[in-house]
Amino acid sequence: MRHDHLITSKQLSRPDIETVLDRAAEIDADPSAVADRHANTLLGLLFFEPSTRTKMSFETAMKRLGGDVVDMGSVESSSVKKGETLADTVRVIEGYTDALVLRHPKQGAATMASEFVDVPLLNAGDGAGHHPTQTMLDLYTIRENAGLDDLTIGIMGDLKYGRTVHSLAHALTNFETQQHFISPESLQLPREVVYDLHQRQDGTGIKEHESLEGVLPSLDVLYVTRIQRERFPDENEYQKVAGEYQIDAETLEAASDDLTVMHPLPRVDEIAPEIDDTDYAAYFDQAHNGVPVRMALLDLLLSDDRGIRGETDE
Amino acid sequence: MSDDHDHHDGNDDHELRVSKIRDGTVIDHVRGGQALNVLAILGIDGTNGEEVSVGMNVPSNRFARKDIVKVEGRELSQDEVDVLSLIAPDATINIVRDYDVVEKHRVERPDVVEGVLSCPNAGCITTGDEPVTSRFTVLEDGVRCSYCETIVREEIASLIET
Ligand SMILES: [Zn+2]
Repeated sequence: MRHDHLITSKQLSRPDIETVLDRAAEIDADPSAVADRHANTLLGLLFFEPSTRTKMSFETAMKRLGGDVVDMGSVESSSVKKGETLADTVRVIEGYTDALVLRHPKQGAATMASEFVDVPLLNAGDGAGHHPTQTMLDLYTIRENAGLDDLTIGIMGDLKYGRTVHSLAHALTNFETQQHFISPESLQLPREVVYDLHQRQDGTGIKEHESLEGVLPSLDVLYVTRIQRERFPDENEYQKVAGEYQIDAETLEAASDDLTVMHPLPRVDEIAPEIDDTDYAAYFDQAHNGVPVRMALLDLLLSDDRGIRGETDE
Repeated sequence: MSDDHDHHDGNDDHELRVSKIRDGTVIDHVRGGQALNVLAILGIDGTNGEEVSVGMNVPSNRFARKDIVKVEGRELSQDEVDVLSLIAPDATINIVRDYDVVEKHRVERPDVVEGVLSCPNAGCITTGDEPVTSRFTVLEDGVRCSYCETIVREEIASLIET
């Protein structure tokens, strides 16, 4: 199936994902080959909530493809403040640009916006919903470091509210993976997400744990996310819980030498800085991979033969 | 076929409680207490002058108590009645012409319902001022918002748009 927009990683089949990752690897290997590929192309940046990092990454990707960006700016300074609907905003900006990137606080915003526009729309986060470009760069990083099949991955931290986790877990069901979810009971995966994962797999590939200790030695990848203070009623409770889901050099003594540690960043104290210089750490590479992966997505969606489509599909 | 929708329930006298209709639709075997939700989901509130009769908590064999809704002068389409499956899965639909039941069918679960339910998730894009029609996919045991993906399994009737 051809995809004209990128709304959720759920829409992508394994061949679709591989098409994107392969293209990203080509671009990563020789960025100069695509330096003028999308000259005169304008990307509209519609960020209804702040996300400097994601916005800069998209801006860099578009410029490295020879194009440029126009930025709506902050919500405070735009017509949105005057009560314009999202449907109107995207229909106006679509007339200025060749593609749109949307981040919006409401879930389903990108799905709805895509129904109003003809230019490709990329979802850069819709509230507690999806963030598929993050998922694609996570998959790219996992593939580079550990491979996506025969993979045993631990995903740890705030699994309840972390949208990157939900998207990633779902995307991984396209591959032969054993997924371990490690979190305090109060921050377990939402039942909706578990329901989806079980729809995709027979359940043998998915296990939930409250402690890292038992599963750590078996992991190829440990994906750490931040547990936020505001999820807990009081400071003591937070300190007690958060401490159990932080890792340092001592924690990793029980891990395989080939373990890859990932984190969507920014981190606070979930991963001790002493791990940064070890072979385990892949989180800065992961952040850098956002550029070639977003270049690949923009390239696929903006090419004449436009759309993301896996080779064995259709 | 006679016009009598419920002889088999052995409660002939209950027909007296809900008047017969000449042309229109009789929705029978609605779970007791759901009749008003049936009207709401069909968007029938009487303001268009429809002649509507409702029997609530009528004795029935199939359930201890059932509701019946009769709408005079309007034949409901299959699509219209299919949304009833969400709250009245056992309902039977009788299309009546000149006092005769000319068609009788069960409700079927549709794949998608549009513009009927509103999303209970305050963080959903459909709950604001956007010009968008609500859309839910129908699961085996509930419904799911096509925009925010929230799943609702209980009290679906409370989501009916008013
Ligand atoms: Zn919704």
